[in-house]
Amino acid sequence: MVSNETAMPPPLEPVVLDNGPTRWLDRFFTPGTENRERLRHAVLRVLVAANLILGFYYISWRYTSSINWAVWPLSLALLAGETYSYIDAWFFGLCIWRLKRRSGAGPPPVDATVDVFITCYNEPIDLVRRTARAAKRMRYPHKTYILDDGSTPAMRQMAEEEDVGYIVRSEDWKGRNRHAKAGNISNALLQTDGEFILFLDADQVPHPHCVDRILGYFKDPQMALVQTPQVFYNVPKGDPFNSQAPLFYGPIQQGKDGWNAAFFCGSNAMIRREALMMSGVRRYVWELERRVHRALRAAHKLLADARKQPAETSPPHVRQALSVLQLAVGGAQEALRRGVPIQEVTWRFQGIARDISGRLVREDLSRIYAELADIPGIDAGDAADLQASLSGLLDDGESLAALTSRQSSPLAAIEAVRSLLLAVDVDREDEAQPIMPMSTISVTEDMATAMRLHATGWRSAYHHEALVFGLAPEDLRTALQQRLRWAQGTMQVMLRENPLLIHGLSWGQKLMYFATGWTYLSGFFSLVYLASPVLYLFFGILPVRALSNDFFWHLLPFLIVNQLMFVVVGWGKTTWRGQQYSLALFPLWITAVISACENVWFGKKLGFVVTPKTRPGGGITYYGLVRTQIITMIILALAAFWGLARLALGVTDDGWPILINVLWIAYDLVMLSAVLDAAAFQPYQDFEPEPPPAPFPLPDLAASS
Amino acid sequence: MDVRVEIQTNGVAVIALDGRLDLLSAVTVKERLGKEVLAGNMRLVVDLGAVTFIDSSGLGALIGGLKAARQAGGDLRIARATNQALVVLKLTSLDRVLRPFASVEEAVAGY
Repeated sequence: MVSNETAMPPPLEPVVLDNGPTRWLDRFFTPGTENRERLRHAVLRVLVAANLILGFYYISWRYTSSINWAVWPLSLALLAGETYSYIDAWFFGLCIWRLKRRSGAGPPPVDATVDVFITCYNEPIDLVRRTARAAKRMRYPHKTYILDDGSTPAMRQMAEEEDVGYIVRSEDWKGRNRHAKAGNISNALLQTDGEFILFLDADQVPHPHCVDRILGYFKDPQMALVQTPQVFYNVPKGDPFNSQAPLFYGPIQQGKDGWNAAFFCGSNAMIRREALMMSGVRRYVWELERRVHRALRAAHKLLADARKQPAETSPPHVRQALSVLQLAVGGAQEALRRGVPIQEVTWRFQGIARDISGRLVREDLSRIYAELADIPGIDAGDAADLQASLSGLLDDGESLAALTSRQSSPLAAIEAVRSLLLAVDVDREDEAQPIMPMSTISVTEDMATAMRLHATGWRSAYHHEALVFGLAPEDLRTALQQRLRWAQGTMQVMLRENPLLIHGLSWGQKLMYFATGWTYLSGFFSLVYLASPVLYLFFGILPVRALSNDFFWHLLPFLIVNQLMFVVVGWGKTTWRGQQYSLALFPLWITAVISACENVWFGKKLGFVVTPKTRPGGGITYYGLVRTQIITMIILALAAFWGLARLALGVTDDGWPILINVLWIAYDLVMLSAVLDAAAFQPYQDFEPEPPPAPFPLPDLAASS
Repeated sequence: MDVRVEIQTNGVAVIALDGRLDLLSAVTVKERLGKEVLAGNMRLVVDLGAVTFIDSSGLGALIGGLKAARQAGGDLRIARATNQALVVLKLTSLDRVLRPFASVEEAVAGY
């Protein structure tokens, strides 16, 4: 069943990467010797500091002497946007300040046990086969498993043919929330036993030395997570969808790593099982406590209300039962406050409640269930159903409130309380597994999971070396859906577990996590940035008091140093696409934030971008998906034209303000044009991408230190 | 991991574990606890006295057993946790759910 390569791997050959840059400036800025690294880092820090100081110089001038109060709504909106961007510059600066270039993990431990999880959900069999083969070929002894959430016979057969492990959901998951990929992994964790787990997506082909290269980090007993960059082998020249994210899988990850906050991306990463399991057990305890407290509070209210009802509806023995039960609830609450274990408290309470209601309720069951059944979220066909529905209520504040605010007969109240407390049993009846090692609060389970690990003192590393090669989206629709999901997931985490409030994270970690969410708010401020020049050119509304020399001398140094900083940070990489996309996808960011808020606050389902495809002559283009951007571009172009025409015709002599706004528009147009390229992009028909032939040489990271 | 089961006169099943309760033995122990419950012994006491090492996967197995027992209307208690086990219980805050009884007798007494 399981591949277990026990042959000792040959020693790693140090390979010197010698296609290095030759220009002196390149030699200076490209990773290389330690001295050069230090110098580069020093230059970066100077630029970061200069950027923030000049930014402060500008923003303080904006606050103190350039707000145009005559058009205060727009002025304040623009100022808010600029403040947002300045705070963003701080987050970026803090991140880069600690940029950490690791020089390799050192040799791996000799006797570690490693599991490789290939998560898949109905991907083409041959794609997964390629991944499975490459995974099996890795040198370090390990077991490879396919985690097939589609559970198809063909996939099972392939796993058998390739002699790798095959895992599907256990019986426990039937009819319960599957929690997508997080559930798939949590399920497999309870069926396997390796100390370390390498996560691969269905399309991700690992290098034969992948495990060797990163396992060494785990010699640090506190090391929980090692993330490697996501590299794609099907990305065409120009990277139309900005898949490679060179700024993120590089300086940003290295900066976060410097704060011990390397960002977990869910795959091409290795995790220590103990860290995940410990986090799962803690989470179990935390959720259980919350549910018990909620149930007891609800029970208290139900009983208090039932006792207030007129005497004729409740004979003396019922009233007595109510007061005994209420005492028991109070006793349970008191016991929990004193620190008596939950198991004991619930066991005792359930004994009392079972006793009381058993005597009273038996004869009236059907009437009581009928009465309870018209509470939203409850399906009280019989005792077991009632318990299950009440269990669901404990995670759903609204329906729980509906239950407790409602007048019911004393008997029904007693039964409801009894079932409520049975529902809050220690077994998490509503979940397939009491322990969920992977967080389920967000569609980006990876981020939430890693944040919990960081909050409990575990360490992480970002290993900057291409070891795993995958497939990027090949059309705009898929690319947009992927970005939307990331943005929505991040916002879910922000709203459900705000990193700034998480106990146990260092302030640096809090800021690094918060910064990730912060960037997704940019959509709203992009609106202001896009609207400002249009409003000026069409209507003469200027949110800044003077576009004069003063404005230039405050803004220009900041802009220049800012661009210089990006040039040095992303030296030798094209970070341009990333800059374009952060503005160009503004409608998507706005949708993501709004839908995540609706999801977290009002329980609405997360939606996806759905727009019909258009098919002009053979190829598929996706202009419909970027309609908003196209309309925006047209408005911007018209505004620029209008402004220039007025200037040319001598209608106005506001030369500078018009030119500045036209330049501003030109910049916006260049940024937005990224989506036009992407929408028109046609995947090469005869291009069958292949992962790099393995083994290909890896640069010797250790040699450079 | 060595597992011995002894059914006491009051119907409580005392399950004595011997060895390491860790990621390697967790799956087996969880299955074994489930089997006891299925066999009708739903009131369990797990004797940890001879467990030399326990990790979070091991705790996961105990929680799995607790789930099975509770669903059958029973319970699972732990007794004679070693210092190392107590540290792990504290670290994961599982001591807020499970009371570590000092002896098997104490654990059985309350049932």
